[in-house]
Amino acid sequence: MYDKTVRRRRAVLGLLVASSLILLTAYFGESGGGALHGVQRGTSEVLNPVQEGASRALKPVRDLFGWFGATLDAKGKVEKLTADRNQLRSQLAQHEDALYENARMAKLLQTDGAYDLALYGAKTGRVTFQSPTIWYATIRVDIGAGDGVEVGQPVINESALIGHVSAVLGGAAQVTLLTDTSSSVAARAGKTGIFGEVESAGAGDPNDLLLKYSAPGARLNVGDHVVTRGTVSNGDRYPDLYPRGLPIGVITRIDHQGTDTQQVHLRPYANMQNLDFVQVLTKPQGAGGP
Amino acid sequence: MIAPTPKLVSRLVALVIVGVIVQTAAVSQLPIAGAHADLSPLMVMSVGLLCGSLAGGCFGFGVGLFVDLVSMQTLGVSSLVLLTVGYGAGRLREARDPEGTFVPLATGAAATLAFSVLFAIMQFLLGADAPVSWALLRQTLATLVINALIALPVYAIVRRWLLRALPEDPRRRRRRAYTTGGLSPLSRS
Repeated sequence: MYDKTVRRRRAVLGLLVASSLILLTAYFGESGGGALHGVQRGTSEVLNPVQEGASRALKPVRDLFGWFGATLDAKGKVEKLTADRNQLRSQLAQHEDALYENARMAKLLQTDGAYDLALYGAKTGRVTFQSPTIWYATIRVDIGAGDGVEVGQPVINESALIGHVSAVLGGAAQVTLLTDTSSSVAARAGKTGIFGEVESAGAGDPNDLLLKYSAPGARLNVGDHVVTRGTVSNGDRYPDLYPRGLPIGVITRIDHQGTDTQQVHLRPYANMQNLDFVQVLTKPQGAGGP
Repeated sequence: MIAPTPKLVSRLVALVIVGVIVQTAAVSQLPIAGAHADLSPLMVMSVGLLCGSLAGGCFGFGVGLFVDLVSMQTLGVSSLVLLTVGYGAGRLREARDPEGTFVPLATGAAATLAFSVLFAIMQFLLGADAPVSWALLRQTLATLVINALIALPVYAIVRRWLLRALPEDPRRRRRRAYTTGGLSPLSRS
């Protein structure tokens, strides 16, 4: 009797391990439109309304936890923010002057120098899901194919670029964040406009990104701002996924500066751990784009 | 080994669905010290401790598959890892039958650690381009601590949910006999 039980247990265990390995192999082997991906999308489609409802129902609990966290966090930031405010006040005066000049230059060049989100068909969505593991930096929003959302479209929040749409369902879309190890964005940094690729610095750190493939001798400094590089001209056959000039983050550290192994670290402007509402740019090439 | 009755199976299926939805819709969106709790290994550990290795393994496989489906992650990774966690917790019950209030706490921490390490190994084997950074270790450690702290309530909730579907536990029956005025073996002698 005991032997029979042990044999049965081992057989079931072996079957489950084999099933997992078969699933894993088949999933890796098929394309994005394969059967298993289809089952995954179908399940997500069915469960999306339930998740959305649960997300809304549990929002007060999240807010309560968020309030405690924000209060503790805010207390520690008062002094620094006061100093920042004073500095920003002086910068504001300079920027207003620069804005005036910029508007004049824009008129001269017959271009619209303003950054207008409506031009990019921004659609606002609520975050209903966040990946449970640190290995996948993904979220899900409650707008999907029905709202004009397509794979590859950029996603921003009130602060900056946060990622791109990686899968679309009927009423929802999966967004891969900048901090995911599979994410990569063409970027421009500093006052001299150094080009590079912004990628994750590694799984598990939502506050650290790397600016890769910039020239070793590039003149970058801590505090330089990093924005999307975007399409350089209208004649490009393969336009960048991201429009030009979307803010990404600020350079916080440069390791081995000036050498071939130079590593430029930046902190994203957006708080990837506290995303509530985001906007998908459904016309990333602007109103005249595809 | 506990025989899988329809009542037990239906309760386990409900637990998978509710647990994973609560995890993805709420718990994953509550950062505590830069990390968040992960209910999956705790639920699987609880079922393994309460129902044994076979049920623990099957439940782990089910939770993992559902997590991968809902999260649109690589299918099979979480199921393989959680299957191991559930089987391990079940074997612990069958081989040692540990008693004590803090057993779920220690087992929950061990289950979370095993889950994190095995999941990381799977990711590296699948070619994830992620260095073993201090941030990753800090997040893993923070999740471990948070999970250890909530292991007892999660175990209590799972136990309460499954209790009516589980066959009578001889140890529990014996305890109840003492507390409700039944004769203890000592008083009988």
